[in-house]
Amino acid sequence: MALLTVDKVSMFFGGLAALSNISFSVEQGEILALIGPNGAGKTTLFNVVNGFYKPSRGEVRFKDRTVSGLKPHQICRLGVARTFQVVKPLQRMSVLDNVIASAFLRSRTKAGAERRALEILEFTGLMEDRAMISKGLPLGKRKRLEIARALATEPELILLDESFAGLNPAELDVSIEIIKGIKKKGVTIMIIEHHMKVIMSISDRIVVLNYGQKIAEGTPAEISANPLVVEAYLGEAEGA
Amino acid sequence: MWVQLEVFLQTLISGVLLGGLYALIGLGMTLILGVMKIINLTHGQLMMVAMYVAYWLFTLFHIDPYVSLLIAPPLLFLLGMFLQKTLINPVLRVESILPHNQVILTVGIGMVLQNLATIFFTSDYKSTPVDYATDAWYLSDYWKDAPFELSLSYPWTVSFLLAVGITTALWFFLAKTDTGKSIRATAQDRDAAALMGVNVGLMRVITFGLGSALVAAAGCLFIPIYYLFPSLGSQFTLIAFVITILGGLGSTMGAILGGLILGVFESMTATYVGMGWAPVGRFAIFVAALVFLPGGVASLLKRKAVTK
Amino acid sequence: MKRFAPLIVLAAMAVLPLLGLSSYVMHLLILVIMWSVSGMAWNLLGGYTGQVSFGHAAFFGLGAYCAGLASFHLNLSAWYGFPLSIPFVAATALVMGLIVLRLRGPYFVLATLALGEIMRITAENLTDLTQGNLGIMIQRTWVEKTGYYYVILGVAALTFWVVKLLAESRWGYYFVAIREDQDAAESLGINTTLYKTIALTVSAVITGFSGAFYMNYMGYIDPQVVFSLGDISILTIMVVMVGGVATYWGPVVGAVIMVLLAEVIRSLPYVGTAYQTLFGVLLIVIIIYLPNGLVGDRQTLARLFKKKGAAV
Repeated sequence: MALLTVDKVSMFFGGLAALSNISFSVEQGEILALIGPNGAGKTTLFNVVNGFYKPSRGEVRFKDRTVSGLKPHQICRLGVARTFQVVKPLQRMSVLDNVIASAFLRSRTKAGAERRALEILEFTGLMEDRAMISKGLPLGKRKRLEIARALATEPELILLDESFAGLNPAELDVSIEIIKGIKKKGVTIMIIEHHMKVIMSISDRIVVLNYGQKIAEGTPAEISANPLVVEAYLGEAEGA
Repeated sequence: MWVQLEVFLQTLISGVLLGGLYALIGLGMTLILGVMKIINLTHGQLMMVAMYVAYWLFTLFHIDPYVSLLIAPPLLFLLGMFLQKTLINPVLRVESILPHNQVILTVGIGMVLQNLATIFFTSDYKSTPVDYATDAWYLSDYWKDAPFELSLSYPWTVSFLLAVGITTALWFFLAKTDTGKSIRATAQDRDAAALMGVNVGLMRVITFGLGSALVAAAGCLFIPIYYLFPSLGSQFTLIAFVITILGGLGSTMGAILGGLILGVFESMTATYVGMGWAPVGRFAIFVAALVFLPGGVASLLKRKAVTK
Repeated sequence: MKRFAPLIVLAAMAVLPLLGLSSYVMHLLILVIMWSVSGMAWNLLGGYTGQVSFGHAAFFGLGAYCAGLASFHLNLSAWYGFPLSIPFVAATALVMGLIVLRLRGPYFVLATLALGEIMRITAENLTDLTQGNLGIMIQRTWVEKTGYYYVILGVAALTFWVVKLLAESRWGYYFVAIREDQDAAESLGINTTLYKTIALTVSAVITGFSGAFYMNYMGYIDPQVVFSLGDISILTIMVVMVGGVATYWGPVVGAVIMVLLAEVIRSLPYVGTAYQTLFGVLLIVIIIYLPNGLVGDRQTLARLFKKKGAAV
């Protein structure tokens, strides 16, 4: 069943088309990767799905309900959570408090929120650091905190924006395990990533964007064999 | 009918002349805001300092305020650079919960400047009574049978023309010189500019100096037609803000148009609504601009450019 | 021990008047407490929620005029200003919120500044209602300061308690989340517009109480005084920033410093007229070296003193 449907979405800024006629679906329970060269429109697409932008054309449907045009907090309530590329936790608060803040979405009481937060910290391997002020966390843990905050809202679909960027191999392995764990819980994942090895190993399907258009969609095997995709990436390397 | 036209035209002329001066005040602030994202709440006080410099040059050495244009702005340029380097830069570097420390810092600086002026110069109203203060050109001198009378006040007009001259010079500076381009680059994208070899720290210091010099020039142009007292700074700071927002943060063309619009608007409000309400008009425009046109006039200009 | 600090302080403050202090000292204490209230109120919106308002004089003045006009036009006791101010100030806050809460950064600062000034000019010009620059004068309820002291102490205690309660609740977490990263907060399901509005409205109403108290205590107000940008709006901000943003005690400490220091400096011989200069310099020094205020940066402050101690 398609959990999320992006239906002929276009996004214009002034005269510039950041997204042109994008259509695809995300199936329940799968991990869908969104890849493409820098500037292809991936984060813009996330912003549209998440509610920060209303699409200039087309619509986004979540569980058969049109969500394009709703505000981000309403979309989160419906079950879509999102992380940001530039992680900005509540810097002067502890790791635990950070997650409690998100957990309040589903728990009216502080006790309930705290319980939920502790579960999530356990799940993301941040339990030991729970009292630490988040400003002092290394990048890898900060990215995990970002994921933890999103998970605390009990989403059905989670949008991860470059959660693996800048991580060293050890941190990478931990994060990959967390993603697999999220999938096992039944949460659907859509992920923007540049780290090809990671994408190929964990994704069920991949959508490729270039210059705001969808140029390919398929399994990792199909995508890696697709000449258009290869050219898009190589073309960028040559031009650079 | 002719009377109404006369009133309207005279109000319009006053508005434009005022607007030209306002633009100069606004330009300094919009530069600072654009390059450094600093809200400078001491802008008016800097103008006040320049006006005192011009005043004393006039009173002690009989130097005409227009000649002071060669003295006061450079002095304020140095003062501005000094303030930026020693006080404002350190605050920008510091990590704090609210990034608004720099605004409070400028408030502190303004307090000191204003209070020092009060101590040294007293709060008496001062003025520079130049010979030509009441001179004017009259329409009837040139058009014998004019159906109405219009007057162009000499000092107002000269100030306006000099303001236009300075603004044009600024434009060339920003558009054509290396330093000017570096300043604009820093305003657009600080990191990119740094990567391209622009000394961002130096640009900020220069920009604050430049902004101070511009408002100092405005002060020299204002003093023949206005009174001077230590607390006049705050109203000009406010005017600078209205113009900056109206014109669009960081846009020089916007500041110019914003200044003119504000000048005409205030002039019209004073004539047709009443003197007391003029400041309200100023703020109403301010809020309206913030709400309906957050990019200021500059965003309108950009839109036109894109659709072309 | 630390948990009971607020109660201990309150108890100590409550018995102070019984020590037979001079009228002047009582006056200073009342001012300190009143500014604590204004500071704590502003802190809720500015320190915790990160929306730095430069126009809180609008609410202070409105509260003051509710009290004054209740007496002047309706012949009620000015103390009715307290309950009366609530709907007026709240309504004003809601309207202001609609205009300014969508703005960010410098735009928000400037918009609130402008709105504060608009209130002042409106009060000056609606002379039929407000008596314009003539101001409003009322019969003060007490001659002795003690009554006023206990009223404002009560208001302050209530404010402290309310701020603490909010900060530790779900709303408090939301406020801070909004301050730290509004977009992230929005994406995590927080209705940022709603909570910013709540913070603004609560902050405004409490500030209004401060103003209503001012009317009752001073007996005379006019637009220049109660809607003043420099003496009310900016001073409120300074109280909180010097004392410590987003802390419970910050505004209190800030109020003590701003009021007492101002008085002390003002009364020094020779230096008196330069008090604004000294004040400005002090402000500059604190902003540069203790950017999170005295309470916020108390560790830095402690280190500075330790260093001095070691040198001696």
